[in-house]
Amino acid sequence: MKRNLTCIVCPLGCSLEAELSGGEVVSVSGNTCPRGKKYAIEECVNPMRTVTSTVRCQNGSVVAVKTDAAIPKKHMAECMTIINNAVAHLPIRVGDIIIREVFGANIVATQNKE
Amino acid sequence: MTDLVIIGGGPAGMSAAIAAYEAGIRDILIIERDDSLGGILRQCIHNGFGLHKFGEELTGPEYALRYEERVRKLNIPFKTDTMVLDITPDKVITATNSDEGIFKIEAKAIILAMGCRERPKGALNIPGTRPSGIYSAGTAQKYVNMEGYMPGEEIVILGSGDIGLIMARRMTLEGAKVKLVCELMPYSSGLARNIEQCLNDFDIPLKLSHTVVEIHGKDRVEGVTIARVDDNKKPIKETYEYIPCDTLLLSVGLIPENELTKKLGIKLNNITGGAEVDENRETSLPGVFACGNVLHVHDLVDFVSEEAETAGRAAAEYINGVKASENIVEITTDGNIRYTVPQRISGKNDVNVFFRVGKAARNVKINIYDGEKPILSKKKVRVAPGEMESIAISADIVSRAKSLHFCMEE
Repeated sequence: MKRNLTCIVCPLGCSLEAELSGGEVVSVSGNTCPRGKKYAIEECVNPMRTVTSTVRCQNGSVVAVKTDAAIPKKHMAECMTIINNAVAHLPIRVGDIIIREVFGANIVATQNKE
Repeated sequence: MTDLVIIGGGPAGMSAAIAAYEAGIRDILIIERDDSLGGILRQCIHNGFGLHKFGEELTGPEYALRYEERVRKLNIPFKTDTMVLDITPDKVITATNSDEGIFKIEAKAIILAMGCRERPKGALNIPGTRPSGIYSAGTAQKYVNMEGYMPGEEIVILGSGDIGLIMARRMTLEGAKVKLVCELMPYSSGLARNIEQCLNDFDIPLKLSHTVVEIHGKDRVEGVTIARVDDNKKPIKETYEYIPCDTLLLSVGLIPENELTKKLGIKLNNITGGAEVDENRETSLPGVFACGNVLHVHDLVDFVSEEAETAGRAAAEYINGVKASENIVEITTDGNIRYTVPQRISGKNDVNVFFRVGKAARNVKINIYDGEKPILSKKKVRVAPGEMESIAISADIVSRAKSLHFCMEE
Protein backbone atom coordinates (compact mmCIF):
# COMPACT_ATOMS: atom_id res chain seq x y z
CA MET A 1 0.00 0.00 0.00
CA LYS A 2 1.20 3.51 -0.82
CA ARG A 3 0.50 6.62 1.23
CA ASN A 4 1.04 10.20 0.05
CA LEU A 5 2.07 12.68 2.71
CA THR A 6 3.13 16.30 2.97
CA CYS A 7 6.12 16.72 5.23
CA ILE A 8 5.53 19.27 8.00
CA VAL A 9 9.04 19.29 9.45
CA CYS A 10 10.18 22.43 7.65
CA PRO A 11 8.68 25.08 5.35
CA LEU A 12 9.79 23.22 2.21
CA GLY A 13 6.78 20.92 2.60
CA CYS A 14 8.08 18.00 0.51
CA SER A 15 5.55 15.64 -1.05
CA LEU A 16 6.40 12.23 0.38
CA GLU A 17 5.36 8.75 -0.67
CA ALA A 18 5.51 6.00 1.94
CA GLU A 19 5.33 2.35 0.94
CA LEU A 20 3.60 0.27 3.61
CA SER A 21 3.55 -3.45 4.09
CA GLY A 22 1.76 -5.14 7.01
CA GLY A 23 1.44 -1.83 8.90
CA GLU A 24 5.16 -1.09 8.58
CA VAL A 25 6.86 1.49 6.40
CA VAL A 26 9.25 -0.27 4.04
CA SER A 27 10.37 2.73 1.96
CA VAL A 28 10.01 6.51 1.75
CA SER A 29 10.57 8.66 -1.33
CA GLY A 30 10.25 12.37 -2.12
CA ASN A 31 12.08 13.56 0.99
CA THR A 32 14.98 15.98 0.66
CA CYS A 33 16.49 15.24 4.06
CA PRO A 34 16.60 12.44 6.68
CA ARG A 35 14.07 14.29 8.83
CA GLY A 36 11.50 13.77 6.06
CA LYS A 37 12.01 10.02 6.16
CA LYS A 38 11.67 9.98 9.94
CA TYR A 39 8.50 12.06 9.67
CA ALA A 40 6.94 9.74 7.06
CA ILE A 41 7.59 6.65 9.19
CA GLU A 42 6.24 8.28 12.32
CA GLU A 43 3.23 9.72 10.48
CA CYS A 44 2.20 6.28 9.23
CA VAL A 45 2.72 4.49 12.54
CA ASN A 46 2.08 7.02 15.30
CA PRO A 47 1.62 10.63 14.13
CA MET A 48 3.04 13.19 16.55
CA ARG A 49 2.40 16.93 16.88
CA THR A 50 3.74 19.81 18.93
CA VAL A 51 0.84 21.68 20.51
CA THR A 52 1.05 25.44 21.08
CA SER A 53 -1.57 27.34 23.01
CA THR A 54 -2.05 29.72 25.94
CA VAL A 55 -2.64 29.13 29.64
CA ARG A 56 -4.76 31.50 31.70
CA CYS A 57 -2.81 33.27 34.47
CA GLN A 58 -4.27 33.98 37.89
CA ASN A 59 -4.66 37.67 37.00
CA GLY A 60 -6.76 36.85 33.93
CA SER A 61 -4.08 37.42 31.29
CA VAL A 62 -2.74 34.58 29.15
CA VAL A 63 0.77 33.18 28.70
CA ALA A 64 1.89 31.42 25.52
CA VAL A 65 2.94 27.78 25.97
CA LYS A 66 4.00 24.72 23.99
CA THR A 67 4.55 21.04 24.55
CA ASP A 68 8.35 20.71 24.90
CA ALA A 69 8.19 17.58 22.73
CA ALA A 70 5.71 16.33 20.16
CA ILE A 71 2.80 14.36 21.59
CA PRO A 72 0.63 11.75 19.84
CA LYS A 73 -1.71 13.55 17.45
CA LYS A 74 -4.69 11.59 18.75
CA HIS A 75 -4.28 13.21 22.17
CA MET A 76 -4.26 16.83 20.97
CA ALA A 77 -7.85 17.53 22.07
CA GLU A 78 -7.27 16.03 25.54
CA CYS A 79 -4.04 18.00 25.81
CA MET A 80 -6.00 21.19 25.08
CA THR A 81 -8.54 20.35 27.82
CA ILE A 82 -5.67 19.98 30.32
CA ILE A 83 -4.14 23.28 29.12
CA ASN A 84 -7.48 25.09 29.36
CA ASN A 85 -8.11 23.85 32.91
CA ALA A 86 -4.73 25.00 34.19
CA VAL A 87 -3.92 28.29 35.91
CA ALA A 88 -0.41 29.73 35.67
CA HIS A 89 1.22 31.71 38.46
CA LEU A 90 3.13 34.91 37.71
CA PRO A 91 5.89 35.84 37.21
CA ILE A 92 6.78 33.41 34.42
CA ARG A 93 10.07 33.06 32.51
CA VAL A 94 10.36 31.45 29.10
CA GLY A 95 11.00 27.71 29.55
CA ASP A 96 9.22 27.47 32.93
CA ILE A 97 7.23 24.27 33.24
CA ILE A 98 3.55 25.19 33.60
CA ILE A 99 2.12 21.63 33.57
CA ARG A 100 4.17 18.46 34.05
CA GLU A 101 3.87 15.18 32.16
CA VAL A 102 1.17 15.63 29.54
CA PHE A 103 1.27 12.67 27.13
CA GLY A 104 5.03 12.40 27.49
CA ALA A 105 5.81 16.12 27.34
CA ASN A 106 5.81 19.11 29.65
CA ILE A 107 3.79 22.24 28.91
CA VAL A 108 6.36 25.06 29.04
CA ALA A 109 6.05 28.84 28.76
CA THR A 110 7.27 30.40 25.51
CA GLN A 111 7.31 33.97 26.78
CA ASN A 112 8.18 36.01 29.84
CA LYS A 113 5.33 37.44 31.84
CA GLU A 114 5.71 39.71 34.88
CA MET B 1 22.54 63.81 15.65
CA THR B 2 22.06 60.05 15.96
CA ASP B 3 24.13 57.76 13.74
CA LEU B 4 21.42 55.22 13.01
CA VAL B 5 17.68 55.34 13.66
CA ILE B 6 15.69 52.17 13.02
CA ILE B 7 11.94 52.51 12.57
CA GLY B 8 10.30 49.37 13.95
CA GLY B 9 11.36 46.97 16.71
CA GLY B 10 10.19 43.69 15.19
CA PRO B 11 12.46 40.94 13.90
CA ALA B 12 13.80 43.14 11.07
CA GLY B 13 14.49 46.18 13.25
CA MET B 14 16.18 44.22 16.03
CA SER B 15 18.28 42.16 13.65
CA ALA B 16 19.39 45.27 11.72
CA ALA B 17 20.32 47.00 14.99
CA ILE B 18 22.43 44.05 16.15
CA ALA B 19 24.21 43.80 12.78
CA ALA B 20 24.98 47.53 12.76
CA TYR B 21 26.28 47.29 16.33
CA GLU B 22 28.50 44.36 15.40
CA ALA B 23 29.81 46.44 12.48
CA GLY B 24 30.98 49.06 14.97
CA ILE B 25 28.07 51.51 15.20
CA ARG B 26 27.22 52.41 18.80
CA ASP B 27 24.90 55.41 18.42
CA ILE B 28 21.71 53.54 17.49
CA LEU B 29 18.06 54.10 18.35
CA ILE B 30 15.20 51.68 17.66
CA ILE B 31 11.75 53.25 17.64
CA GLU B 32 8.80 50.89 18.24
CA ARG B 33 5.15 51.95 18.38
CA ASP B 34 3.94 48.94 20.41
CA ASP B 35 4.58 48.59 24.17
CA SER B 36 7.48 46.15 23.72
CA LEU B 37 9.94 44.84 21.15
CA GLY B 38 9.11 41.79 19.06
CA GLY B 39 6.62 42.98 16.47
CA ILE B 40 4.08 40.57 15.06
CA LEU B 41 6.03 37.54 16.36
CA ARG B 42 4.60 38.25 19.81
CA GLN B 43 1.18 37.02 18.71
CA CYS B 44 2.48 34.15 16.53
CA ILE B 45 2.57 31.61 19.34
CA HIS B 46 2.77 28.61 16.97
CA ASN B 47 6.06 26.87 16.26
CA GLY B 48 8.06 26.63 13.06
CA PHE B 49 10.29 29.70 13.39
CA GLY B 50 14.07 29.65 13.45
CA LEU B 51 14.90 26.41 11.61
CA HIS B 52 17.32 28.22 9.29
CA LYS B 53 18.68 30.69 11.80
CA PHE B 54 18.98 28.57 14.93
CA GLY B 55 18.57 25.00 13.63
CA GLU B 56 15.66 24.41 15.97
CA GLU B 57 11.95 24.96 15.92
CA LEU B 58 10.90 27.96 17.99
CA THR B 59 7.60 29.70 18.57
CA GLY B 60 7.25 33.35 17.52
CA PRO B 61 7.69 34.81 21.02
CA GLU B 62 10.77 32.62 21.61
CA TYR B 63 12.34 33.73 18.31
CA ALA B 64 11.68 37.39 19.13
CA LEU B 65 13.03 36.99 22.66
CA ARG B 66 16.39 35.74 21.38
CA TYR B 67 16.85 39.02 19.52
CA GLU B 68 15.40 41.17 22.29
CA GLU B 69 17.81 39.65 24.81
CA ARG B 70 20.71 40.40 22.47
CA VAL B 71 19.53 44.00 21.99
CA ARG B 72 19.34 44.41 25.76
CA LYS B 73 22.70 42.76 26.35
CA LEU B 74 24.39 45.10 23.87
CA ASN B 75 22.59 48.05 25.47
CA ILE B 76 21.21 49.19 22.14
CA PRO B 77 18.79 52.01 23.02
CA PHE B 78 15.14 51.64 22.07
CA LYS B 79 11.97 53.61 22.66
CA THR B 80 8.67 51.70 22.84
CA ASP B 81 5.17 53.23 22.75
CA THR B 82 6.68 55.71 20.31
CA MET B 83 5.22 56.51 16.91
CA VAL B 84 7.14 58.04 14.03
CA LEU B 85 4.96 60.65 12.34
CA ASP B 86 7.23 61.95 9.64
CA ILE B 87 10.66 61.65 8.07
CA THR B 88 12.15 64.31 5.81
CA PRO B 89 14.57 63.56 2.95
CA ASP B 90 17.38 65.18 5.00
CA LYS B 91 16.69 62.47 7.64
CA VAL B 92 14.94 64.43 10.34
CA ILE B 93 12.49 62.13 12.12
CA THR B 94 9.44 63.48 13.92
CA ALA B 95 8.12 61.09 16.56
CA THR B 96 5.78 61.18 19.51
CA ASN B 97 5.17 59.42 22.81
CA SER B 98 3.36 60.26 26.02
CA ASP B 99 6.54 61.16 27.97
CA GLU B 100 8.29 63.39 25.47
CA GLY B 101 5.41 64.79 23.44
CA ILE B 102 6.40 65.49 19.85
CA PHE B 103 10.13 65.49 19.25
CA LYS B 104 12.64 65.47 16.41
CA ILE B 105 15.70 63.29 15.85
CA GLU B 106 18.31 63.91 13.19
CA ALA B 107 19.88 60.75 11.80
CA LYS B 108 22.91 60.00 9.64
CA ALA B 109 21.25 56.85 8.35
CA ILE B 110 17.78 55.34 8.68
CA ILE B 111 16.59 51.75 8.41
CA LEU B 112 12.92 51.32 7.61
CA ALA B 113 11.62 48.17 9.33
CA MET B 114 7.93 48.92 9.82
CA GLY B 115 6.69 45.51 8.67
CA CYS B 116 3.39 45.02 6.93
CA ARG B 117 -0.30 45.06 7.69
CA GLU B 118 -3.21 42.92 6.62
CA ARG B 119 -5.18 43.77 3.53
CA PRO B 120 -8.49 45.08 4.89
CA LYS B 121 -11.90 43.84 3.90
CA GLY B 122 -12.82 47.21 2.39
CA ALA B 123 -10.45 46.40 -0.43
CA LEU B 124 -12.48 43.31 -1.30
CA ASN B 125 -15.95 44.73 -1.77
CA ILE B 126 -18.07 41.85 -0.53
CA PRO B 127 -21.77 42.72 -0.91
CA GLY B 128 -24.17 42.35 2.01
CA THR B 129 -24.59 43.77 5.48
CA ARG B 130 -21.86 44.99 7.83
CA PRO B 131 -22.52 43.10 11.06
CA SER B 132 -20.01 42.44 13.82
CA GLY B 133 -18.08 39.20 13.60
CA ILE B 134 -15.80 40.07 10.68
CA TYR B 135 -12.12 40.11 11.57
CA SER B 136 -8.83 39.98 9.79
CA ALA B 137 -7.05 36.73 10.71
CA GLY B 138 -4.28 38.69 12.43
CA THR B 139 -6.75 40.60 14.60
CA ALA B 140 -8.37 37.33 15.64
CA GLN B 141 -4.89 35.98 16.36
CA LYS B 142 -4.17 38.89 18.67
CA TYR B 143 -7.50 38.44 20.50
CA VAL B 144 -7.00 34.70 21.02
CA ASN B 145 -3.26 34.56 21.73
CA MET B 146 -2.63 37.81 23.59
CA GLU B 147 -5.98 38.80 25.10
CA GLY B 148 -7.33 35.27 25.69
CA TYR B 149 -10.60 36.09 24.00
CA MET B 150 -12.39 33.97 21.37
CA PRO B 151 -13.96 36.05 18.59
CA GLY B 152 -16.59 33.44 17.65
CA GLU B 153 -17.76 29.84 17.59
CA GLU B 154 -18.61 28.97 13.99
CA ILE B 155 -16.00 30.25 11.63
CA VAL B 156 -15.59 30.67 7.88
CA ILE B 157 -12.18 31.81 6.66
CA LEU B 158 -11.75 33.67 3.39
CA GLY B 159 -8.25 33.41 1.98
CA SER B 160 -5.74 30.64 2.55
CA GLY B 161 -2.72 32.70 3.51
CA ASP B 162 -0.60 31.26 6.29
CA ILE B 163 -2.18 33.39 9.01
CA GLY B 164 -5.64 32.13 8.00
CA LEU B 165 -4.45 28.52 8.07
CA ILE B 166 -2.73 28.95 11.43
CA MET B 167 -5.89 30.52 12.84
CA ALA B 168 -8.04 27.67 11.50
CA ARG B 169 -6.04 25.30 13.69
CA ARG B 170 -5.85 27.66 16.65
CA MET B 171 -9.61 28.32 16.77
CA THR B 172 -10.32 24.58 16.34
CA LEU B 173 -8.01 23.71 19.25
CA GLU B 174 -9.85 26.29 21.36
CA GLY B 175 -13.18 24.60 20.62
CA ALA B 176 -14.55 26.61 17.67
CA LYS B 177 -15.95 24.91 14.57
CA VAL B 178 -14.06 26.06 11.50
CA LYS B 179 -16.44 25.18 8.68
CA LEU B 180 -14.24 25.82 5.69
CA VAL B 181 -11.53 27.92 4.11
CA CYS B 182 -12.37 29.63 0.78
CA GLU B 183 -9.57 30.50 -1.61
CA LEU B 184 -10.26 32.57 -4.72
CA MET B 185 -7.21 31.27 -6.55
CA PRO B 186 -6.89 27.68 -7.82
CA TYR B 187 -3.96 27.24 -5.40
CA SER B 188 -3.27 28.24 -1.81
CA SER B 189 -0.81 30.98 -1.04
CA GLY B 190 -0.03 29.23 2.25
CA LEU B 191 2.78 26.76 2.89
CA ALA B 192 2.02 23.10 2.09
CA ARG B 193 2.94 22.12 5.65
CA ASN B 194 0.30 24.49 7.01
CA ILE B 195 -2.41 23.01 4.79
CA GLU B 196 -1.41 19.62 6.15
CA GLN B 197 -1.08 20.38 9.85
CA CYS B 198 -3.68 23.16 10.18
CA LEU B 199 -6.48 21.97 7.86
CA ASN B 200 -6.05 18.28 7.06
CA ASP B 201 -5.27 17.37 10.69
CA PHE B 202 -8.71 18.68 11.64
CA ASP B 203 -10.64 17.74 8.47
CA ILE B 204 -11.26 21.40 7.60
CA PRO B 205 -12.21 21.65 3.90
CA LEU B 206 -10.15 23.97 1.66
CA LYS B 207 -12.31 25.15 -1.22
CA LEU B 208 -10.07 26.39 -4.01
CA SER B 209 -11.50 28.70 -6.69
CA HIS B 210 -14.22 29.73 -4.23
CA THR B 211 -15.09 33.06 -2.70
CA VAL B 212 -17.58 34.68 -0.33
CA VAL B 213 -20.20 36.50 -2.41
CA GLU B 214 -22.45 37.76 0.38
CA ILE B 215 -22.36 38.35 4.13
CA HIS B 216 -25.65 37.85 6.02
CA GLY B 217 -26.81 39.11 9.41
CA LYS B 218 -27.90 42.45 10.85
CA ASP B 219 -26.07 42.90 14.17
CA ARG B 220 -23.90 39.79 14.10
CA VAL B 221 -22.79 37.62 11.19
CA GLU B 222 -25.38 34.85 10.69
CA GLY B 223 -23.90 33.27 7.62
CA VAL B 224 -22.13 33.77 4.32
CA THR B 225 -22.91 32.75 0.77
CA ILE B 226 -19.97 31.15 -0.97
CA ALA B 227 -19.60 30.32 -4.67
CA ARG B 228 -17.19 28.69 -7.06
CA VAL B 229 -15.55 31.15 -9.46
CA ASP B 230 -14.86 30.65 -13.17
CA ASP B 231 -11.54 31.19 -14.92
CA ASN B 232 -12.14 34.95 -14.87
CA LYS B 233 -12.76 34.86 -11.09
CA LYS B 234 -16.47 35.54 -11.65
CA PRO B 235 -18.78 33.72 -9.17
CA ILE B 236 -20.92 31.01 -10.83
CA LYS B 237 -24.60 31.52 -9.86
CA GLU B 238 -25.47 27.79 -9.89
CA THR B 239 -22.84 27.07 -7.22
CA TYR B 240 -24.10 29.51 -4.55
CA GLU B 241 -24.17 27.86 -1.15
CA TYR B 242 -25.28 29.31 2.19
CA ILE B 243 -23.00 28.52 5.14
CA PRO B 244 -24.30 29.44 8.61
CA CYS B 245 -21.55 30.97 10.79
CA ASP B 246 -21.09 33.72 13.37
CA THR B 247 -17.60 34.81 12.33
CA LEU B 248 -15.80 35.53 9.08
CA LEU B 249 -12.01 35.71 9.19
CA LEU B 250 -10.14 37.34 6.32
CA SER B 251 -6.68 36.19 5.38
CA VAL B 252 -6.37 37.88 2.03
CA GLY B 253 -2.84 39.12 1.92
CA LEU B 254 -0.38 41.49 3.48
CA ILE B 255 0.64 44.97 2.40
CA PRO B 256 4.02 46.50 3.30
CA GLU B 257 3.43 49.51 5.55
CA ASN B 258 5.06 52.28 3.53
CA GLU B 259 3.29 55.53 4.41
CA LEU B 260 6.54 57.01 5.78
CA THR B 261 8.47 55.74 2.77
CA LYS B 262 6.01 57.43 0.40
CA LYS B 263 6.26 60.71 2.31
CA LEU B 264 10.02 60.51 1.86
CA GLY B 265 9.54 60.36 -1.90
CA ILE B 266 11.35 57.01 -2.10
CA LYS B 267 10.70 55.03 -5.26
CA LEU B 268 8.35 52.11 -4.58
CA ASN B 269 7.87 48.93 -6.57
CA ASN B 270 4.33 48.36 -7.85
CA ILE B 271 4.37 44.63 -7.26
CA THR B 272 6.10 44.28 -3.89
CA GLY B 273 4.52 47.45 -2.49
CA GLY B 274 7.92 48.16 -0.93
CA ALA B 275 10.88 50.34 -1.85
CA GLU B 276 13.14 49.51 -4.77
CA VAL B 277 16.56 48.64 -3.38
CA ASP B 278 20.07 47.53 -4.27
CA GLU B 279 21.78 44.48 -2.76
CA ASN B 280 22.53 46.52 0.40
CA ARG B 281 18.78 47.16 0.75
CA GLU B 282 19.48 50.85 0.19
CA THR B 283 16.49 52.71 -1.24
CA SER B 284 16.51 55.43 -3.91
CA LEU B 285 17.35 57.91 -1.11
CA PRO B 286 21.01 57.42 -0.10
CA GLY B 287 21.41 56.49 3.57
CA VAL B 288 17.86 55.19 3.88
CA PHE B 289 17.61 51.39 3.94
CA ALA B 290 14.61 49.03 4.11
CA CYS B 291 14.36 45.42 5.25
CA GLY B 292 11.87 42.79 6.31
CA ASN B 293 8.19 42.85 5.44
CA VAL B 294 8.17 46.59 4.78
CA LEU B 295 10.34 45.82 1.77
CA HIS B 296 8.53 42.71 0.52
CA VAL B 297 6.39 40.17 2.33
CA HIS B 298 8.50 37.19 3.40
CA ASP B 299 7.40 33.60 4.05
CA LEU B 300 9.91 33.02 6.83
CA VAL B 301 11.13 35.26 9.60
CA ASP B 302 14.56 33.65 9.27
CA PHE B 303 14.94 35.37 5.90
CA VAL B 304 13.72 38.65 7.40
CA SER B 305 16.51 38.46 9.96
CA GLU B 306 19.09 37.74 7.28
CA GLU B 307 17.92 40.57 5.07
CA ALA B 308 17.95 42.93 8.05
CA GLU B 309 21.54 41.97 8.84
CA THR B 310 22.48 42.96 5.31
CA ALA B 311 20.76 46.33 5.76
CA GLY B 312 22.34 46.84 9.19
CA ARG B 313 25.87 46.18 7.92
CA ALA B 314 25.32 48.40 4.89
CA ALA B 315 24.00 51.25 7.04
CA ALA B 316 27.16 50.95 9.15
CA GLU B 317 29.29 51.26 6.01
CA TYR B 318 27.29 54.29 4.91
CA ILE B 319 27.77 55.95 8.31
CA ASN B 320 31.49 55.20 8.12
CA GLY B 321 31.68 56.93 4.76
CA VAL B 322 32.17 53.92 2.50
CA LYS B 323 31.16 55.04 -0.97
CA ALA B 324 28.43 53.14 -2.78
CA SER B 325 29.43 51.45 -6.03
CA GLU B 326 28.72 53.48 -9.16
CA ASN B 327 28.27 50.49 -11.44
CA ILE B 328 24.59 49.59 -11.15
CA VAL B 329 22.94 46.78 -13.07
CA GLU B 330 19.14 46.86 -13.23
CA ILE B 331 17.16 43.62 -12.94
CA THR B 332 14.03 43.14 -15.03
CA THR B 333 11.69 40.14 -15.14
CA ASP B 334 9.38 38.39 -17.58
CA GLY B 335 5.71 37.92 -16.65
CA ASN B 336 6.35 34.52 -15.08
CA ILE B 337 8.63 36.00 -12.45
CA ARG B 338 6.66 38.67 -10.65
CA TYR B 339 9.46 40.52 -8.93
CA THR B 340 12.98 40.37 -7.61
CA VAL B 341 14.59 41.86 -4.52
CA PRO B 342 16.97 43.57 -4.94
CA GLN B 343 15.90 45.30 -8.13
CA ARG B 344 19.42 46.56 -8.88
CA ILE B 345 22.89 45.28 -7.99
CA SER B 346 26.38 46.69 -8.12
CA GLY B 347 28.52 43.61 -8.68
CA LYS B 348 30.75 44.56 -5.77
CA ASN B 349 30.06 41.23 -4.05
CA ASP B 350 28.31 37.95 -4.81
CA VAL B 351 24.62 38.41 -4.18
CA ASN B 352 21.51 36.35 -3.54
CA VAL B 353 18.57 37.61 -5.58
CA PHE B 354 15.16 36.71 -4.16
CA PHE B 355 12.12 36.38 -6.39
CA ARG B 356 8.58 35.10 -6.60
CA VAL B 357 6.98 33.33 -9.54
CA GLY B 358 3.50 34.18 -10.83
CA LYS B 359 2.20 30.63 -11.16
CA ALA B 360 2.91 27.16 -9.80
CA ALA B 361 5.09 25.02 -12.09
CA ARG B 362 7.29 21.94 -12.10
CA ASN B 363 10.69 21.27 -13.67
CA VAL B 364 11.35 24.78 -14.88
CA LYS B 365 14.52 26.73 -15.54
CA ILE B 366 15.25 30.15 -14.18
CA ASN B 367 17.25 31.75 -16.99
CA ILE B 368 19.04 35.05 -16.69
CA TYR B 369 19.90 37.03 -19.81
CA ASP B 370 22.10 40.03 -20.45
CA GLY B 371 20.18 41.44 -23.40
CA GLU B 372 19.87 38.39 -25.69
CA LYS B 373 22.82 36.57 -24.16
CA PRO B 374 22.03 33.80 -21.63
CA ILE B 375 24.39 34.09 -18.67
CA LEU B 376 22.98 31.87 -15.95
CA SER B 377 20.47 29.04 -15.72
CA LYS B 378 19.18 27.20 -12.69
CA LYS B 379 16.77 24.28 -12.54
CA LYS B 380 13.90 24.30 -10.09
CA VAL B 381 11.93 21.10 -9.50
CA ARG B 382 8.93 22.89 -8.08
CA VAL B 383 8.01 26.57 -7.81
CA ALA B 384 4.89 28.20 -6.36
CA PRO B 385 3.78 31.81 -5.90
CA GLY B 386 3.54 31.24 -2.16
CA GLU B 387 7.20 30.32 -1.85
CA MET B 388 10.02 32.80 -2.23
CA GLU B 389 12.91 31.53 -4.33
CA SER B 390 16.46 32.76 -4.58
CA ILE B 391 19.36 32.49 -6.96
CA ALA B 392 23.01 33.27 -6.24
CA ILE B 393 24.79 35.50 -8.75
CA SER B 394 28.53 35.97 -8.60
CA ALA B 395 30.08 39.44 -8.59
CA ASP B 396 32.01 38.39 -11.68
CA ILE B 397 28.83 37.83 -13.72
CA VAL B 398 27.31 41.11 -12.58
CA SER B 399 30.40 43.17 -13.28
CA ARG B 400 30.39 42.00 -16.91
CA ALA B 401 26.65 42.50 -17.49
CA LYS B 402 24.81 45.60 -18.70
CA SER B 403 21.43 44.40 -17.46
CA LEU B 404 19.92 41.23 -16.02
CA HIS B 405 16.63 39.86 -17.30
CA PHE B 406 15.07 37.06 -15.21
CA CYS B 407 12.86 34.53 -17.02
CA MET B 408 11.12 31.34 -16.00
CA GLU B 409 11.11 28.91 -18.91
CA GLU B 410 10.05 25.29 -19.53
